[in-house]
Amino acid sequence: MATAPHMELRNVGKRFGGVQAVADLSLSIDRGTIHALVGENGAGKSTVGKMIAGVHRPDAGELLLDGRVVRYHAPRDALADGVTIIAQELALVPQRSVLENVFLRSGRASHLTARDKRQRYAELQEEAGFEVPADVRVASLRVADQQKVEILKALARDAQLIVMDEPTAVLNSAETERLFHAVRALRDRGTSIVFVSHFLEDVLSLVDTVTILRDGKHIRTGPAAQESPETLVTGMLGRTFDTSFPEKVPVAQDAPVVAAVRGLCAAGFVKDISFDVRAGEIVGLAGLVGSGRSEVARAIFGADKRDAGDVEVAGEAVDIASPRDGVRAGIALLPEDRKGQGLLMQRSILDNITLPHLDRVSAGGVVSPVREQKAVDDLISRIGIRASSPAAKVNTLSGGNQQKVLFAKWLFGRPSLLITDEPTRGVDVGAKRAIYELIHSLAAEGVGVLVISSELEEVLGLAHRVLVLREGRLVAEFDQSQMSEESVMRAIFAADAGDGEGLAS
Amino acid sequence: MTVPEVETPLTPGARRLSSSWLRVEAVRDYGIVFAFLAMFITLSLSSPVFLTSANLLNVLNQSSEVGIIAVAGTLVVIAGGFDLSVGAIYAVGGVVAAQTVPDIGVPGALLAGVLVGLGFGICNGAIVTVGRINPFVATLASQIIVRGIALVLTGGTLITVTDPSFATLGQGSVFTIRYAVLVWLGFAVIVALLLGRTTFGRYVYAVGGNAEAARLSGIRVGLVRGVTFALSGLAAGLAGVVVASRVSTGQADTGAGLELAAIAAIVIGGTSILGGEGAIWRTVLGVVLITLIGNGFNLLNVDPTYQQIFQGVIILLAVGIDAWARRSRR
Repeated sequence: MATAPHMELRNVGKRFGGVQAVADLSLSIDRGTIHALVGENGAGKSTVGKMIAGVHRPDAGELLLDGRVVRYHAPRDALADGVTIIAQELALVPQRSVLENVFLRSGRASHLTARDKRQRYAELQEEAGFEVPADVRVASLRVADQQKVEILKALARDAQLIVMDEPTAVLNSAETERLFHAVRALRDRGTSIVFVSHFLEDVLSLVDTVTILRDGKHIRTGPAAQESPETLVTGMLGRTFDTSFPEKVPVAQDAPVVAAVRGLCAAGFVKDISFDVRAGEIVGLAGLVGSGRSEVARAIFGADKRDAGDVEVAGEAVDIASPRDGVRAGIALLPEDRKGQGLLMQRSILDNITLPHLDRVSAGGVVSPVREQKAVDDLISRIGIRASSPAAKVNTLSGGNQQKVLFAKWLFGRPSLLITDEPTRGVDVGAKRAIYELIHSLAAEGVGVLVISSELEEVLGLAHRVLVLREGRLVAEFDQSQMSEESVMRAIFAADAGDGEGLAS
Repeated sequence: MTVPEVETPLTPGARRLSSSWLRVEAVRDYGIVFAFLAMFITLSLSSPVFLTSANLLNVLNQSSEVGIIAVAGTLVVIAGGFDLSVGAIYAVGGVVAAQTVPDIGVPGALLAGVLVGLGFGICNGAIVTVGRINPFVATLASQIIVRGIALVLTGGTLITVTDPSFATLGQGSVFTIRYAVLVWLGFAVIVALLLGRTTFGRYVYAVGGNAEAARLSGIRVGLVRGVTFALSGLAAGLAGVVVASRVSTGQADTGAGLELAAIAAIVIGGTSILGGEGAIWRTVLGVVLITLIGNGFNLLNVDPTYQQIFQGVIILLAVGIDAWARRSRR
């Protein structure tokens, strides 16, 4: 290429709280190519895409568009340069028609007359190489077609560079193929596409260039033709262990099963999940985002309705239809969204900790301040929550301490099975170790623990046994001897064909 | 006032927060106390009549109906709801009490008025939680329905009660303190204890603060919300009975606008309209503050037409401070 790349990132960095999402990353995207960003969960793919489109502002480094330094404060600024993003959560107005959505805040085009809009819409369709009926409501379209509306919308805004974040995550294979057809048509008319995806086969069949990211760092960039799913996975692997894990304590041979899940179906796509968790055992649940990990957890606990299947706790069948039933059966769920689902951010540590089991410190519906204070003091010191007082509001605490409050809240009820979904999300490195130790000490006390995490090293470092979910099915199980980063990763990414690790039963 | 305070002041744990954040937060948390004291001192200094026990008791007596309703309304708001039907329930409660006196006697009639309020409150709760209808819309509609029922019951006429003992609750007093004032303050203390000391009170905060977190903690969110509406209806019935007794009359068209006066008092007190935060003592101060504004306008001979503008500005300030405190927290 003789000319400057369409978009160039130079030594770009981005930090969220205590987490360095992207570090010192340099990357060039050539005009008229489809450029994939691949990597594990949390490798920084989406963050890079969002920085290109002005959703996030880099903390360090610079962006160059056609060789010119640009600084985007908002997606609007990027759009003015013809750069836009089609996010995972589509940004359409579902109640309005396709036509209205396409021309919504599209600069000059929003001022066109109705007839000119139709004319322009026809041109856009031709440009894109696909058609979507103009007058139907967006809500009535399937997701694949909604994505096409997003593409038309991007074209209506004269986008030259489109970032697509996991566009195929919710599509079936026929829809994916149609989308790809459209994306290739765009490339052929000179549009540049940045394609962020988990699906390695998809990536390789579509893109021209692949960039592998790992831990927010650039690993390599090369022509897609020279890569295979295996070489990509190998490139994504090999991350350095930056946190140490407590030594695993073997589960006793005769440890009883604390929770047995049989034939669980949930959320429409999670099918026939069966597994046991024994007392003192830490079981890891691995899989991509959207593989059904959280859905399994929520269905066991009663947060969502089960479609089918049974749950036994401590050898007894329990009929769990609501979180209340789950709590009573001795199950604890620490949800991944701590602020949205786990804690009352405006209330005190004390209020939060005793909430699910208030009856243990009250008599006749009246809370005993003395008993409550004592119980909370015990838990705070046992778990090592660092706060000025139990009366401190949770929103004044660090992420790590908030997570510890969430643990304290559920330990107060002495659960048989504790499910923790992303236990260290948004937690700094120091507090991570404390949370790992806490999980170990719980297991040592005979609690069965189910750990869900997007960080593979966390699952491997903590669990005695790892279950892998893919597209709502349990596809592999690894015990301590079989567990390696590579084997689990292959199972997660469906790159395990024929290597014999698949679940036989 | 011995009403327990469940909110905790900010602790040094909030080191990272800027001082301006702390200031907005402090104004929101204790603004009602400052405003109340400022009003109280101003009136004490500028009017010789204000600081007499007769005037102060009169203020409390005047605020009793809004007070009873606002105290229970605070529960509804903290739980994340809204009750616009209380003015109508208040009217129907008074009407039922006045109408049933000849048949079931005074104590039974008073109780009947309160229970009718409770019944409508339970209906509101069921519509909002089981029917999943937005509380604003649900109680807007039930307000119209209940008002209509009151009109049907009375046929549009005033129901005058001739039995003199019916007036005891509204007009009687002990040591110059009206029973109505005692009912109000007693009710406030009971609700404050309910909110501050019981498991139910904790659930009310949890449900309003984060309904999903509450549900995932095993709390029956719908039941808790429903009970707050039931208590709100009961309070409206009680207030209606007290006032019907005071004037020995049941009237289908009283209490219009009472719901908004109650919500104004709740908000001025500093209870967040978004739910999850608030306290009963705040509402008590808010109710008295609003009554003091009226009382002050009277005592100082200010043109009463300005009173509404003044009240509106205070409400705006209260809501504004709440919003600023939330935004600067981000």
